[in-house]
Amino acid sequence: MLRLPKFEIARPTSIDEVVALLSEHGDDAQIIAGGTDLVPNMKHELFTPKVVVSIADVPDIAGVRVESDGTLAIGAMTTLHDVASDERVRSIAPALGHATALISGPQLRRMGTLGGNVMLDTRCQWYNQTHFWRKSLGYCLKKDGTVCHVVQSGQKCVAAASNDSAPALMTLDATLVFHGTDGRRELPIDDLWRADGIYNKHVSGELLTEIRIPATPRGHRGAYEKLRDRDSIDFPLLGVAARVDWDDAGDRVARAEVCLVALQARPVRLKKVAELLVGKQRASAELDGAIEASAERAYKQCRPLPNIPGDHEYRHEMAPVFVRRALRACVRASENASDAAGV
Amino acid sequence: MDVAAPAHWTLLEVLRYRMGLTGSKQGCDKGDCGACTVLVDGRPELSCLTLAALAEGKQITTIEGLMPAHVAAGGEGADPVQDAFDRCGALQCGFCQPGMMLSARALLNGNACPTKGEIKDALSGNLCRCTGYTQIIQAVELAVAEAAGVEPVSPAWAPHENPWRSNGTAPANETTER
Repeated sequence: MLRLPKFEIARPTSIDEVVALLSEHGDDAQIIAGGTDLVPNMKHELFTPKVVVSIADVPDIAGVRVESDGTLAIGAMTTLHDVASDERVRSIAPALGHATALISGPQLRRMGTLGGNVMLDTRCQWYNQTHFWRKSLGYCLKKDGTVCHVVQSGQKCVAAASNDSAPALMTLDATLVFHGTDGRRELPIDDLWRADGIYNKHVSGELLTEIRIPATPRGHRGAYEKLRDRDSIDFPLLGVAARVDWDDAGDRVARAEVCLVALQARPVRLKKVAELLVGKQRASAELDGAIEASAERAYKQCRPLPNIPGDHEYRHEMAPVFVRRALRACVRASENASDAAGV
Repeated sequence: MDVAAPAHWTLLEVLRYRMGLTGSKQGCDKGDCGACTVLVDGRPELSCLTLAALAEGKQITTIEGLMPAHVAAGGEGADPVQDAFDRCGALQCGFCQPGMMLSARALLNGNACPTKGEIKDALSGNLCRCTGYTQIIQAVELAVAEAAGVEPVSPAWAPHENPWRSNGTAPANETTER
């Protein structure tokens, strides 16, 4: 039985009220959306806020819409279930559709939100434990202690970004809309992250309200592949999002992206891995060779640490396998979609 | 119903320790096992991660509410999902059952004729440590088949047979007394 530490609940009904509460209470406030990350973390006493600010009553921050220029705008409070099952998401941003459908299990996808998954706390097997467990170990660098149990004598926390939506949104050039005391601002998702496991984001005291994905070209294909022990519930042991855009004629790769998560504190974009595919002919030996070369290069570029459960050497060996699978899923999708209209 | 509880109590704690509704189980208590699944406005959610105060005004269905809801809708006896779990022996210790049955009920409310894959997906957030899931999935398939009025899929241990005697194909005493 895990009891929550005491706190008060605030239920603001506008973005301005949320921002005011965050500004008033500072580090003593925590935003709760779906609660699927925050509540277990509070039960583990990783967060002990005085005020929990619910954003459930804030209007207009849930729902999916497509704007006139084709931009896909998803409210931060949209549940993962609603994102994963939305036809517009699946056709404009297939990698995000795949990724959100694979987050945790059915119940948590109905509670958890896309904004919450973007803002997910980093995870580590020495951190996501009860207070009793952590205390018996003398705590760790990320919370209450001074020692890292992953990298002996490490001075920097290496807890892993574990949000499946993050690499998918990175392949899609997503922009995040934040509201703070200085008003509204848009931040490209790549600029959100920093390589610090204690807090891997460049924002604080702001409310994420919307995730914006620019229109994808006709030849856009995307996929997400997730390694985990069970096909449900688990966080990723490795996540790979891939993007392949065919050119206007539909026969050569115009653009490719590969982004990974669950390796280190921030999701990573493997630019040099993806660019091997650019210019390659559709359904050719040259494209197959490029996918193999990408997988090999991904193996060399990523170094999983023993930060999350699962043998890190196994996770390393699986990196090329999952990069290959994700890229092949993109290429395969294009062969099936004869009208090049989506999915 | 009005219940008073501190702000830091979960919905599960209020159900179990304020209202005495102990059908919803406290398993891992951190969102892994699904034993605390309840229906919130018809959607399967985890009551151990729901702050009770934030569930105010919502319709909560626990395992205790399944049979009354079935009867209120004009049915007889237990919910067909509960009845099928009983006849299929889809339990050993029974701890995961309330969550399993609520996940199954939520699935069937939205999709009266799910495939086996859809059943597995819908129950994938509920862990069972005893039965190995086979009878659990069979039970949902049985409930689906009987609702649709067709013969259920035969289990591996009784090929070409319907050991559960779907309604109308066997004498009444055999259906009720196995």
